[in-house]
Amino acid sequence: MQKKIKFGSVIAIVIGVLGWIAYSGVGETASYFKTIQEVNAMGPEAKDKKLRVGGYVVPGSIKRSGNQVDFAIDYHNHKMQVRYTGNEPLPDTFKDGSEALIDGRMGDQVFHATKVAAKCASKYEAKPGQNYKGNASTYDKKS
Amino acid sequence: MENIGALALILAFCLAIYSFVASIVGAWKKKPFLIASGERAVVAVFAMITLSVGILLYALVTSDFRFAYVASHSNRDMPVYYKVSSWWGGQEGSLLLWNFVLICYGLVVVLQNRKKHRPIMPYVTATLMATQIFFLVLNVFPASPFQMLAQGRNIVEVQDGNGLNPLLQYWTMLIHPPILYMGYVGFVVPFAFALGSLIVRQPGDSWIHTTRRWAIVTWFFQSTGILLGAGWSYAVLGWGGYWVWDPVENVSFLPWLTSTAFLHSVMMQEKKGMMKIWNIVLVAATFFLCVFGTFMTRSGLVASVHAFATSDIGKYFLVFLTAGIAFTIYMILGRLDYLKSESELESVVSRESSFLFNNLVLLACCFATLWGTLFPVISEAVSGEKVSVDAPWFNRINIPIGLFLLFLTGVGPLLAWRRASAESIKRNFLAPFLAMLVLMAGLAVAGVQHFFALTTFGLCLFVAWTIGAEFWKGAGAIARKESIGLMPAMVALTHRNTRRYGGYIIHMAIVVMFIGFAGAAFNKDITVEVEEGKAFHLGRYEMKVVKVDTGQTDNYVWQNATVEVKVGGEQYATLTPERRIYSQSQQPVGAVKIHRRLNEDLYLNFAAISSEAQRPIIQAYVFPLVTWIWIGYWVLFVGSIICLIPSKVKMSYAKTEVVGMAGANAKVAK
Repeated sequence: MQKKIKFGSVIAIVIGVLGWIAYSGVGETASYFKTIQEVNAMGPEAKDKKLRVGGYVVPGSIKRSGNQVDFAIDYHNHKMQVRYTGNEPLPDTFKDGSEALIDGRMGDQVFHATKVAAKCASKYEAKPGQNYKGNASTYDKKS
Repeated sequence: MENIGALALILAFCLAIYSFVASIVGAWKKKPFLIASGERAVVAVFAMITLSVGILLYALVTSDFRFAYVASHSNRDMPVYYKVSSWWGGQEGSLLLWNFVLICYGLVVVLQNRKKHRPIMPYVTATLMATQIFFLVLNVFPASPFQMLAQGRNIVEVQDGNGLNPLLQYWTMLIHPPILYMGYVGFVVPFAFALGSLIVRQPGDSWIHTTRRWAIVTWFFQSTGILLGAGWSYAVLGWGGYWVWDPVENVSFLPWLTSTAFLHSVMMQEKKGMMKIWNIVLVAATFFLCVFGTFMTRSGLVASVHAFATSDIGKYFLVFLTAGIAFTIYMILGRLDYLKSESELESVVSRESSFLFNNLVLLACCFATLWGTLFPVISEAVSGEKVSVDAPWFNRINIPIGLFLLFLTGVGPLLAWRRASAESIKRNFLAPFLAMLVLMAGLAVAGVQHFFALTTFGLCLFVAWTIGAEFWKGAGAIARKESIGLMPAMVALTHRNTRRYGGYIIHMAIVVMFIGFAGAAFNKDITVEVEEGKAFHLGRYEMKVVKVDTGQTDNYVWQNATVEVKVGGEQYATLTPERRIYSQSQQPVGAVKIHRRLNEDLYLNFAAISSEAQRPIIQAYVFPLVTWIWIGYWVLFVGSIICLIPSKVKMSYAKTEVVGMAGANAKVAK
C-alpha cells in the first residue's frame, strides 16, 4: 500500500508540474483568431491581446524597405494596414492576392505583425484549368 | 490506359474486401481454403495497386497532361526525378502512395508468416485489409488519381502542367514522403498482430517477438522521415527553422512518441510480464495516431502552412478512426483476464520505475502536443472563441519534458531491476554527476547564461558518460578475458547483445541531437538592406554584397547576390543566396546558402529587392551547433542497424521464450 502511495505521489507531482506549466503558458502565449472587422470593432482592448488575423494581401500594397515590410490585407472589404518586422523571411507564398494569416498586436492604426503565414491557395491544389490562360474555365474534371 | 488504372484500383478494392471477408469467415468456420484464398487475394491486391502506380508514374514521366493529376503537379521542363516525385506531390497521389506502401508491407507479412502463427494470421490479414479497404475507398471514390481533364464529353489535354510546388523541388523531398509513410504505415503490422493475438486470446507475448523487428524498422523510418523533414525545412524555408511546432510537424511527432514509449515498455513485458494492457494500448495508439496524422494533413482541420488544400475526405477518416478505436477498446476490455500483470513494481528507484517514468513522460509530451495542436478546435468548442497556442507554448512545456527524458536516458539503463541499492547508485552515478556539475560551472563562468542550454549541456555530458562507462566496463571485461584489444572487445560486446548496445548507441544519438537543439539558444540574426560594396556585421562575420546577377534556366529565372564573408579581416567564404521564380507556377522561391561548420552555420537568405531604392535585402543568421542534429541522425542510423543485427549470444529471456513456444503451438480458441 505504501508503495502505491509513493508511486502515486511521484506520478502526481510530475503530472502536476507539467499541467501547471501548460496551463500557465496559455495565458502568455495564446493568440486570438479575429477577423479584421472584429479587430476594428474591439477598440482599445485590441491592443492588449495577441491576435491572429486572416485576409488577402491587397495587390500592389507590398512595400519593402530595410528590415520592414508594409502591406495591407483585406477581408470582405474590411482593410487593415500591417507592418512586419519579424526575423523570419516572409514565406515564398506571400505575394499579391495570397491568403495571409498574421500574428501580432494592434498598434495605432497599423497592425504590428511578428509572424506571417501565407497560403497560395490556388497553387497548392489548383483545379486544373484555373491556372491556365485562355478559355481554361471551360475545363472541368471528369472521371 | 487511364481506364485500366482506375479499373485496377476498383479491382484492388473488391479483392481487398474479399480478402477481409474470406479471412474472417475462414477463421470463424475453420475453413483453411478460405484463409489461404484470403491470403492469395493479398497478392492480387498488390498486383492491382502496383499496376495503377505504374500507370500513374508512366503518365507523369511522359507528361501526359490529359490526366488532371499530372496537369496539376508536373510540367514538361521539370527534371525526371521531380516528375517521379510528383507522385506524392498532391492529395490523390500521396493517398495512392499510402496504399502502395501498405500493400507492400501486407505482402511481406503474408509471405513471411504464412507458415508460422497460423491461428492469428487470418486476423492479421483481416486487419491489414480493413485498413487497405479504407485507403482504397479514398482513392477509388473521392480522390481518384485517374481523373481526366474534359471539355464537354471529350477528354482534352493541356499544353503544360502547373508543375510541382517549387518548395518541394529539393532533394530531401524526393525521399521524405515515402520514408515517412514507410514509418507510419509500418505500424499497422505490430498493431495487426496485437489485435490478432487479442482476438484469438493468444497467451503470452509472442506478438511482441514477431513484430519486434517491424517495430524497430518502422520506428527508424519514422525518425528518418521526421529528420528529413526538419532538414528540408532548415535548408529550404529560408529562416533556418527545423522545427516550429506547426500542426503538420506535430502530428508526425505524436506517433513517434508513442512508438518510442512502446519500444521501451515492451522490455517490461518481455522481462517481467508487466504492462501488457499498456503495450497493446501503445501500439494501437501509435497506429491510430498515424492515421490521425494523415487525417490532419488532409482535412485542413487546423490551419497550417504545410497542409494541403481542405477537402471533404475528413469525414471518411473520422468514421474509420472512430470505428477502429471503438473496436480496439472493445477487444481490450473483453480480454482483460489475458492481460494480467505477472509482477508488481517494487521500488521507486529501479529499472521498472525508470521505464514507467519514461513512458509517463513520453505520453505527457504526446498529450501536451496533441492538446496544443487541437487547441483552436477545443477552445472554439468550449468558449466559442478560437484561440491558438504557438511555438513558445510548445517549447515551454516540451523543453522541460525533453530534459527530463534526457536525464532518464542516462539513469534508466544503469538502475538495477526490482530495486537499486544506494551503494550501486553511488558507484554508477557519482563520477558523471560531478563531471556534469563541473562542466556546468565551467560554462557558466565562461558566459553561458541560458538556463536550459546550460542544463542540456550538463545532462548531455552526464548521459554520454554513463553510456561510455557501460561500454568501457563491458569491453574491459571481455578484453581481459580473451586478451584482445579494447576496440575489438567493444565490437564483440556489441555483437553479444545488439539490441542493448544498439539501443545505447541510439541514446547517444539523442544526446548528440540535444547538443544541436541547445545551440538554438544562441541563434543570431540580422536583416539589412544593403548597397553593393557596403559591409554589414553579424557576430564575428563581416559581410559585403559584391554583385547581383540574374539569369534563367528551363525551369525558373533566378537572381542572386554574391556575398563575401570575412572573419577577423581575412577572407572566409563567398556565398551566393538566390531567388528563383519558377516559370510554370510563377511562384518566387528563395534558395538560401549555408556555410556549414561543426561549431556554427552561417546562413544567408536573399529576401527581396527593396521597393523604392531597389537594393537587395539580405537576411543573415548564425546557427550554433545545428550540424550536430544531423550528425546525431547518422549515429541513430548506425544504432538502428546494430539493433537489427541478430545477437551472437541468444538472449537469455528464458521466460518469454517458453511462452513464445506455447503461443506458436496454441490452437485457435473458439
